[in-house]
Amino acid sequence: MSSSGEWPLWEVFVRSRRGLSHTHAGSIHAADATMALRNARDVYTRRGEGSSIWVVPASAITASSPDEKDPFFDPAADKVYRHPTFYDIPDEVRNL
Amino acid sequence: MTEVEVRTACALRLGDDGLVLSHRLAEWASRAPELEEDVALTNIALDLLGQARTLLTHAGGLEGRGRDENDLAYLREERDFVNCLLVEQENGDFGSTIARQLLWSTYQLGLLEALTRSTDSTLAAVAAKAVKEVAYHRDHALQWTLRLGDGTEESHRRMQAGLDRMWPFTAELFERDGVTAEAVALGIGPDPDGLRPGWDAAVDAVLTEATLRRPADTWAPTGGRRGLHTERFGHLLAEMQHLHRSHPGARW
Repeated sequence: MSSSGEWPLWEVFVRSRRGLSHTHAGSIHAADATMALRNARDVYTRRGEGSSIWVVPASAITASSPDEKDPFFDPAADKVYRHPTFYDIPDEVRNL
Repeated sequence: MTEVEVRTACALRLGDDGLVLSHRLAEWASRAPELEEDVALTNIALDLLGQARTLLTHAGGLEGRGRDENDLAYLREERDFVNCLLVEQENGDFGSTIARQLLWSTYQLGLLEALTRSTDSTLAAVAAKAVKEVAYHRDHALQWTLRLGDGTEESHRRMQAGLDRMWPFTAELFERDGVTAEAVALGIGPDPDGLRPGWDAAVDAVLTEATLRRPADTWAPTGGRRGLHTERFGHLLAEMQHLHRSHPGARW
């Protein structure tokens, strides 16, 4: 058998029930996509957590870098007008 | 045999099969090739243990001697166990374990599908629930058989060796005796002969795709259903029963 070092890493996304989004559950090792799905099923849906699973090769994910954190995310911090709660809703508006 | 005795024997056989195979698979805990496989094999073991608990409880109830699942699992002697020889075989390497899983789960799936129509309502209910579990067990074994058989030279060699080692013990699965004959007559269980064509076709299809050779039917050991077991079964029982026998009534 190959060791974990030779098996690629897969990120696992589980949807708990219809209507919700797939949520990142963790990662597993597997030799190919078919086995990755089964391994994900065995490791992350043992207690009835799932109704659908996605597996994605970890290498296919492009992640934002911690170094870029400030320019990426800080500018959004003081834009209060981007939140719906910033606006007063006139009493006459019923269905919003 | 009375009808109740036949129903008891059927429940006990399938219950013992599950209990013993569950214990063998649990031996992989912390020793599987990968963490993911560790969890997969022990998940399968827990499915089988769950089935066994219901079946042994049912057998104990039918028997009417006041024995519960624990009495049957932990306080019977080797000669009282009626599991088939295949499920008690030692794990060997991962290839051997996968070979045993493929041969057993293919058989068990066919058996359970037939048992969903059993006149014994508990057997039928257990079968209806277990069919889904065992379909996954079979898929797990199938996926690995394909990858090991059609993998590297070494994985192919070991998968074939595991298959050759487990193969002789499959003959017993289709054996007919007084219990199976009565079970057929009473509509409790299927005729083993009827399960054979489906098993042959399913196993052959996997072996062909996995570039493995179907072993020849030569030696056909038997005796499990009569309590005559292979040498290492006593060691398995010693480990499985030790805690309960040393500390009767021990609870978590």
